[in-house]
Amino acid sequence: MSEERVGVYVCHCGTNIAKTVDVQDVATWAAGQPHVTVARDYKFMCSSLGQEMVEQDIQEQGLTRVVVAACSPHMHEKTFQGACERAGLNRFMFEMANIRELNSWTTKDRESATQKAKSMVRGAVERVVHHRPLDMLPVPINPNTLIVGGGIAGITAALDIANAGYHVYLVEREPSIGGHMAQVDKTFPTLDCAACILTPRMVDVGQHPNITLLSYSELEQVDGHVGNFTVRVRKKARFVNEALCTGCGDCIEKCPGKTLDEVFEVGLGYRKAVYKPFPQAVPKYPVIDTESCIFFQRGKCKACELVCPTHAIDFTQKDEYLQLQVGNIILATGYDLFDARTIPQYGYGRLANVFTSMEFERMVNAAGPTDGQIVLRDGVTPPKSVGIIHCVGSRDKHYHEYCSRVCCMYSLKFAHLIHERLPDTEVYNFYIDIRASGKRYEEFYHRVLEEGTHFIRGRVAEVTDAARMPGEEGKLIIQAEDTLIGKQRRIPVDMVILSTGVQSRHDSHEVAQLFGMGCDFNGYFIERHPKLDPVLTMSDGVFIAGACQGPMAIPETVAQAGSAASQVISLISQGTLMMEPIRARINPDKCSGCRICNNLCPYHAITFHADRKVSEVITAMCQGCGACVSACPSSAITGAHFTAQQVMSQIEGILWDVRETIPLMAR
Amino acid sequence: MTNKETSPAGNGKPKLAIYWAASCGGCEIAILNIGDKILAVDEAFEIVFWPCAADFKYEDVRNYPDHSIDLCLFNGAIRSSENEEMAHLLRQKSKVLVAFGSCAQEGCIPGLSNLTSASDTFRAIYMDNPSIDNPAATLPQTVTTVPEGELHIPVFYNTVRSLDQVVPVEYVIPGCPPEPPQIWAVLEAIVTGAPLPAPGSTVIGASHLAVCHECPLEKHEKTIERFYRPYEITPEPGLCLLEQGLMCMGIATRGGCGALCPRVGMRCEGCYGLLDGVEDQGANMISAIASVVNVGKPGDDEAELERRIGVAMDSIVDPAGTFYRFNMAHSLLHRVKTGNNGDVQNRGSETA
Ligand SMILES: Cc1cc2nc3c(=O)[nH]c(=O)nc-3n(C[C@H](O)[C@H](O)[C@H](O)COP(=O)(O)OP(=O)(O)OC[C@H]3O[C@@H](n4cnc5c(N)ncnc54)[C@H](O)[C@@H]3O)c2cc1C
Ligand code: SF4
Ligand code: SF4
Ligand code: SF4
Repeated sequence: MSEERVGVYVCHCGTNIAKTVDVQDVATWAAGQPHVTVARDYKFMCSSLGQEMVEQDIQEQGLTRVVVAACSPHMHEKTFQGACERAGLNRFMFEMANIRELNSWTTKDRESATQKAKSMVRGAVERVVHHRPLDMLPVPINPNTLIVGGGIAGITAALDIANAGYHVYLVEREPSIGGHMAQVDKTFPTLDCAACILTPRMVDVGQHPNITLLSYSELEQVDGHVGNFTVRVRKKARFVNEALCTGCGDCIEKCPGKTLDEVFEVGLGYRKAVYKPFPQAVPKYPVIDTESCIFFQRGKCKACELVCPTHAIDFTQKDEYLQLQVGNIILATGYDLFDARTIPQYGYGRLANVFTSMEFERMVNAAGPTDGQIVLRDGVTPPKSVGIIHCVGSRDKHYHEYCSRVCCMYSLKFAHLIHERLPDTEVYNFYIDIRASGKRYEEFYHRVLEEGTHFIRGRVAEVTDAARMPGEEGKLIIQAEDTLIGKQRRIPVDMVILSTGVQSRHDSHEVAQLFGMGCDFNGYFIERHPKLDPVLTMSDGVFIAGACQGPMAIPETVAQAGSAASQVISLISQGTLMMEPIRARINPDKCSGCRICNNLCPYHAITFHADRKVSEVITAMCQGCGACVSACPSSAITGAHFTAQQVMSQIEGILWDVRETIPLMAR
Repeated sequence: MTNKETSPAGNGKPKLAIYWAASCGGCEIAILNIGDKILAVDEAFEIVFWPCAADFKYEDVRNYPDHSIDLCLFNGAIRSSENEEMAHLLRQKSKVLVAFGSCAQEGCIPGLSNLTSASDTFRAIYMDNPSIDNPAATLPQTVTTVPEGELHIPVFYNTVRSLDQVVPVEYVIPGCPPEPPQIWAVLEAIVTGAPLPAPGSTVIGASHLAVCHECPLEKHEKTIERFYRPYEITPEPGLCLLEQGLMCMGIATRGGCGALCPRVGMRCEGCYGLLDGVEDQGANMISAIASVVNVGKPGDDEAELERRIGVAMDSIVDPAGTFYRFNMAHSLLHRVKTGNNGDVQNRGSETA
């Protein structure tokens, strides 16, 4: 072993490490450790000069192994592996000691941090001498892509990839694509009609030869890895034969089953038992909701079947299961709305004329339940005054601490739309801060200011119908502190709109689990890097786009979707992917066939050969997680680059100053 | 071979020594259990030391030339100064020293006393023992003065060690005790001059695969809800015992025994010790079963997960005696920490 020539490089990381760790001391000390040929410290090891230093030492000093003590391998392992490779050393003859995240950032105690850095370096050195050269594994990439969620994010990404010539499976849970954007009326700040800009794209998705649209479908299972995922999708029974249906809507017209539409119309309107969420729905085929269908509930009706000119209604349809093979996956599952009932003092659900933002969107929408009329709950009376309460459920440590980022802007949009449709109506916006930081957002704010909206700065304490003063009878009174004048105010209005924030999807954790990735504290999917890799995740080949990553408006959503699409396209166009060969292998001569490992691979990479009574890891499916390696009681499974010898040597190295030899001569 | 000159008796046959250190004596019986083959052993070897069966004195061994014993089967752990002295002596006199049986190999049952201290052990034996009446609290002393002079007895060590933790050994024959057919197979190989594997604590007389390999019970993918002690359930015949919740150590134990225990419905206790390439038999067993205990899946209700982990954990009675029954002294754990007074630290005092 001692012929190994190890180079040790201790990074200052500016002052990130050097402030806490005596890097010079660590380097000087390291130079005297077993196997170490050269040890240096340097300001920024990741800089090109730092890397060249490593390359030069490999060539001139004949280094056979390299240890860099710096930041997380997550940041720069590949950087230094590259340097090794350029100098002719196999990239796996390298080991990184993370003395930043795991050391200098955790303490201010210079002495113990320096001591710990030495231990970590010694561990890395003793490990690296047992490293073996390994070859990267080429994995072919399946050119098909799965996109989950057909909101504006999913639609945009699907079209980008399909237009590049690759096939896309777009899985949407609801009967139609469109997501939340399909529900809103005008879009801030330009006031484009949402439907006008969205519908053409929805139609493109429906017609694109490279897109298979699986609406009214749920993801059931995901196996495999980047380049080769196998996905099981459940296509829920529509009870309408898509091959026969022309989308004429005769069935909808004749259906006597009527029910409150809790999804698309957010409870503000009704739909039939056989329905499309909205007229421009894509695909155009309706679905039968068995809960409200008279035939499914009482066994009699079938009016739809009778009127359908193409006999497309099929009451015997069953859920269908599809197996898809894809190379990459984009998650674009969007957001849920904050439930306004969570804050009882604002009276939603109790006081009739308190509305949520989405209800108001549906109300002002010309295609909505009131045909675009702004009216009170009675359906006829226009309000003479409206209070819009910002930040409902957002920026509040009792609910969501974060800013939902869209509410200020849509609240301004609402104020504008009310002025436009009801010029005599007074509008009051209750806000904490106006957040109008997007392109043309501030200008929009000024426009609304000029239109005469009253802005009251302060968090609303309550909304009540208990009149205390003259002029309050029959009104909703908004009680708030006006922090600009330092006074409590009571503003009587006819209508209150709660600008409810957005939150992560109720099932985001389950979805994340299917893909072996994580959610943050608020339930949003975690990006690989918040600044540099916002659409990548920790699972290779799984990307995220849009509001499932965090609250965002349409422009940013679309930008992210485009970015995710281009990441996917660039992977597909590479054709094959070089994967780290860190995989498990079972030595058949040591496997007793006990079958302990058979059930525990999260990637289903282990098979049991009943004839030979041994287990085997399918290399292409193994992700190198190590679960089976530590479980095998016979130690028949080895994880490449994580052999027992490598791990034990590292532990021994870390404990260099405290280790005792086991055969104690203790009496 | 220069046996003629160096041999104690010089009749030309290879010389055999058998010694019994800290062990129960089962290994000696296992040797006798090879049946009438014992006559063949007597035929083939010249027995130069076997205190259990023939009258030899330590002094005889001291007088043999170095390396004059061709084969020494050493059973028992190193628990006292006498054991240690004999280990060094027999090492010096033997060409091939074999750690015979689990005590010599890995400490075995005596090794479990590494969970306590010598003084606690004495207290349990000579004082806090229902069948002992010792009002003067008399404990064994290494030196006792009597009218006739000083009496010495060996020192009782605080820590039990395996033979190879004291002297290097060429081979290891595992088992508690080693199975007679395996003993005979080894002796026969030596007598016939069959090539042995390279020496260096090398295991012979056993399989290189785990007990499961020779266990005829049917195995499936494993998911275990909880464990049972043997008296709690009657296992379904023909089915892997571990799958039924009996803590069968067969998965983590070297085979060679022929899976005698699981064949008759008794869980393997692990006496053939660890497999090649394994650092710690108990640790391997623990991580194996921890991997297959079915406590639910990620995302399940936390409290429910915790409850089910509790159920599984509570059903594992005496973990040290289960997972480290035979290999405590040779394991990574080796022994518990003791304080300056030799007493075991942090036992009981912290649990209140
Ligand atoms: C009241 C209101 C008004 C707004 N007004 C504006 C505006 O004027 N301008 C603007 O720029 N932004 C506005 N926004 C923000 C805008 O709605 C979002 O930026 C945008 O909808 C995000 O798109 P998305 O595709 O990421 O998510 P979504 O629109 O939520 O779409 C997600 C899609 O994924 C589907 N899905 C979810 N989970 C699954 C699953 N597991 N399997 C299959 N499918 C699934 C959903 O059914 C949905 O179709 C507004 C938001 C609100 C609340
Ligand atoms: S756990 Fe190990 S010994 Fe058991 S079947 Fe798997 S590889 Fe073989
Ligand atoms: S290391 Fe083992 S458990 Fe993990 S992915 Fe590979 S085969 Fe599966
Ligand atoms: S009963 Fe024991 S030895 Fe037999 S297969 Fe099961 S675990 Fe292995």
